[in-house]
Amino acid sequence: MPLWLELVIRIGGVLAAFLVLPLLVGQAEHKVMAHMQGRLGPMYAGGFHGWAQLIADGVKFVQKEDVTPRAADRPVFRLAPAVALVPYLLVLLVIPLGPNDLVGQPLDIGLFFVLAVVGVGVLAVLMSAWASANKYSLLGGLRGAAQLLGYELPLVLAAASVAMAAGTLSLSGIVEAWQPWWLLWQAPAMVIFFVAGLAEIRRPPFDMPVADSELVFGYLTEYTGLRFAFLLLAEYVGIVVIAALTTVLFLGGWQGPFADEQLGWLWTLLKVAAVSFVIIWLRVSYPRLRADQLQRLCWLVLVPAALAQLVLTAAIRLTL
Amino acid sequence: MSERERSEATGLPGSGLVKGLAVTLKTMTKRSTTAQYPDVAPELPPRSRGVIALLEENCTVCMLCARECPDWCIYIDSHKEEVAVPGAARARQRNVLDRFDIDFSLCMYCGICIEVCPFDALYWSPEFEYAEYDIKDLLHDKDHLGEWMATVPPPPAHDPNGEPAKEETAAARKAAASGTPAVRPTTPAVRPERRPAPPRATDDEGSSA
Repeated sequence: MPLWLELVIRIGGVLAAFLVLPLLVGQAEHKVMAHMQGRLGPMYAGGFHGWAQLIADGVKFVQKEDVTPRAADRPVFRLAPAVALVPYLLVLLVIPLGPNDLVGQPLDIGLFFVLAVVGVGVLAVLMSAWASANKYSLLGGLRGAAQLLGYELPLVLAAASVAMAAGTLSLSGIVEAWQPWWLLWQAPAMVIFFVAGLAEIRRPPFDMPVADSELVFGYLTEYTGLRFAFLLLAEYVGIVVIAALTTVLFLGGWQGPFADEQLGWLWTLLKVAAVSFVIIWLRVSYPRLRADQLQRLCWLVLVPAALAQLVLTAAIRLTL
Repeated sequence: MSERERSEATGLPGSGLVKGLAVTLKTMTKRSTTAQYPDVAPELPPRSRGVIALLEENCTVCMLCARECPDWCIYIDSHKEEVAVPGAARARQRNVLDRFDIDFSLCMYCGICIEVCPFDALYWSPEFEYAEYDIKDLLHDKDHLGEWMATVPPPPAHDPNGEPAKEETAAARKAAASGTPAVRPTTPAVRPERRPAPPRATDDEGSSA
């Protein structure tokens, strides 16, 4: 296979996943959330149980006027949705779907790259918040910055634990080194990574930055039309990314009950779907954390627990 | 500290979080309570107060309903007519209804007019889909009110253990005195236990809304 064809296939695959998976997650959220609240959710769009609801939403967003407030910092305001989306696209590039290089771009320092790029998300929040020239946006953005900077630490520490256990920073390498008993040993790291990841993508119960009952819609307040749709899309790609990272780092990625070689991609996707379901489930079940509760959970619970997990991992690695 | 708080305090840390997850998961497995209203007609109880129907023949223009109406939303006009009865000494007078309007933009669905009508000219119908774009169209005239009669459910069955109706005992007594059996409907028109789907408004009413 010539190099350019391979490149096109790999990038096309990642792009397809980038566009399709968030829509699936969004539709699942519509329906799961509705049924958890005793409702039916969308029922009309597309005919069968509202399967085309998000497509209809997308068409609606395209039709809407793209308003940039007069007082806004125009270039920054217009650039922010792209800054929110592109990091997640880059992360999807290095997440392995299956064995034998079934990945957009195999990278030896994949974990390092992923954590660095996910951290760019805070920049998009700050850009959109500051450039909107709106006090609600600014409040939301500052809350978001405080939250994202705080939760970056447990996220990195938990990921470091599993990297230490596997002895590699390559995401494929971590999956290859993974064994079922790691579920037990790395369980605290998994919980910490998952919770910090939720906070990182600003999902309820960590949605202080967009808290719609107090801040209108946080840093998204001034956005309309397609740019708003992109920021929302970024949130759902974020779910896919966090679910995929949790899968790859802690749930064994493509390792399944049988036929890992052929069905590895299926096991990965199933695990990603399961973790995404848990993310939706948590949103329905729990109320939003207050600012002080948020920081308390981060600095008094997650960070010490992550450090303890690091010590445990180091000790077990040395004895083995 | 209440009983509930104490029991939660003694429970394992995080048990409340698990309980919250269990509630939402359990709700997801149950059927949702959403009624698909415009697609699926609601199962209304037979005594629902949807709209008031008028049986014009029974009305004697006694005006009781209009006078008892708390918000004066019934408008009645009538005139008297002479009816020549063959064999009678002189012609009889009869009230003829010219106008019987109920303004449903004022009506508060108390049902006093129906209770107070001595001649059973007014009935509740469970039909409720008569919203209009113009508030003036909520004034239903006697023809419109008469159309609702088709949607009035039959009366409930008589309680088998209850006393028979006065009319029935009177008829039976009269029959016993004259020696002929009383004329009684064998199967009274009564409401079945579970009402089938309510009759829908006719098409022209639906399109005028």
